[in-house]
Amino acid sequence: MTRASLSSACTAMLRRDLTLAWRRRGDIAMPVLYALIVTMLFPFALGPEDTLLQRIAGGVVLVTVLLAMLLALDAMFSSDIEDGSLEQLVIAPQPLALMLGMKILAHWLTTALPLIVISPLLAAMLHLPATVIPVLLLALLMATPLLSLLGAVLVALTAGTRRSGMLLALMLLPLCVPAVIFAAGAVAAAQQGLPWLAPIAWLGAALVLAVVLAPLACAAALRIALDA
Amino acid sequence: MANWIPLWLHKLGSPPTFYRFAGSVRPWALALALVTGTIALYGGLVLAPADYQQGDAYRIIFIHVPSAWMSMFIYGVMGVAAFIALVWRIKLAEVVAMESAPIGAAFTFITLVTGSLWGRPMWGTWWTWDARLTSELVLLFLYLGVIGLYHAFEDRRQGARAAAFLAIIGIINVPIVHFSVNWWNTLHQGSTISIFGHSKMSGDMLWPLLLMMLATKLYYVASLFRRVRTDLLALESGKDWVRQIAESEVRL
Repeated sequence: MTRASLSSACTAMLRRDLTLAWRRRGDIAMPVLYALIVTMLFPFALGPEDTLLQRIAGGVVLVTVLLAMLLALDAMFSSDIEDGSLEQLVIAPQPLALMLGMKILAHWLTTALPLIVISPLLAAMLHLPATVIPVLLLALLMATPLLSLLGAVLVALTAGTRRSGMLLALMLLPLCVPAVIFAAGAVAAAQQGLPWLAPIAWLGAALVLAVVLAPLACAAALRIALDA
Repeated sequence: MANWIPLWLHKLGSPPTFYRFAGSVRPWALALALVTGTIALYGGLVLAPADYQQGDAYRIIFIHVPSAWMSMFIYGVMGVAAFIALVWRIKLAEVVAMESAPIGAAFTFITLVTGSLWGRPMWGTWWTWDARLTSELVLLFLYLGVIGLYHAFEDRRQGARAAAFLAIIGIINVPIVHFSVNWWNTLHQGSTISIFGHSKMSGDMLWPLLLMMLATKLYYVASLFRRVRTDLLALESGKDWVRQIAESEVRL
């Protein structure tokens, strides 16, 4: 048996996860619907005043997207653990970190990307000025992969436990405070007509760091959690 | 001939030796903690002069600041023990890391409560979204996450390793959270006490504070050792040395 090359293993992994996600399209729609409904609740709770909604729009969209991602995060490895394919991945000759990186990429593409696509709609529901929306999109493009990567490490840690949903929230939310601060800071600065590049650059720096380190940490965490 | 120090440390890593060592150190640590704590509280609450601006209300500092130091110090201890546990797979390090977490969480909670009591007369509010307060709150959640993850596993050693990994992720994240929150909003005063420079605090207020710091450290040692002893007995319940201890207790 010949060993598959790295690039072919990566594309196979990515194609498998995307196919699986596509076969269950309903699951992809769930976080999007959740985000829409949560955003819709804010005007009901706070009153339909334009100025108030405008002021909180950026933050509400960010937090809503974060919560919607958290909802989907739990399922990142669960089906693979159930059918044992994750164990096969651990003992495969290809580096585990790279394979997990592909899984994280597939997860980001299927959960975060739809959320980013509808985020202008969410922002428009709360009357965020159209000029700020590109900054919001940029901030989300930087912050959501960061959350996926960080979340993947924690999901891997809880892989050996049952019922990890609330625990995951408890572990992830404190760790993603900086991402929320910088993303919201960029949106708020753009809304006030101030330069917004600095917080975006910080997010980018954190993202670069996470892209390098998180798959390695994820692999280490998975080995700990699966090793019985 | 300084060979005995590493040798002794090596021996200390084994559960029965540590169990005996912790058992003999614990009463002394607890007694010293009580004595120094009482002296420090007397010095702080009675002997130290009132503050020219805050009056007597500032005296909560003698609880608040040592607890805040301990909340970070214990996280550091937990992080180091977690690192040792993951790299060398030493059972004792796992136990120390996991048993430190509840004590650290308690100190963090005390810091938050006393800070909020202090904030009410001084800032006019129980809580404000200030940088230091927020990072302390995040620290509490990190502790709770570690405790929660530890208890989520059925196998305790596996849970300890997973939670140790989380503690290490947290230790990387704590400075990032701290600086990002600082950049976001700050109201809390800067630190008054500096180890190397000149402290901006009068001597008769400073000594009770430093003594209190010592007392909390000793209390931590006593509390940790007690918890570790209990945990070691539970973890090693099938081993010979535990049976010997149990049998000698029965005979007594």
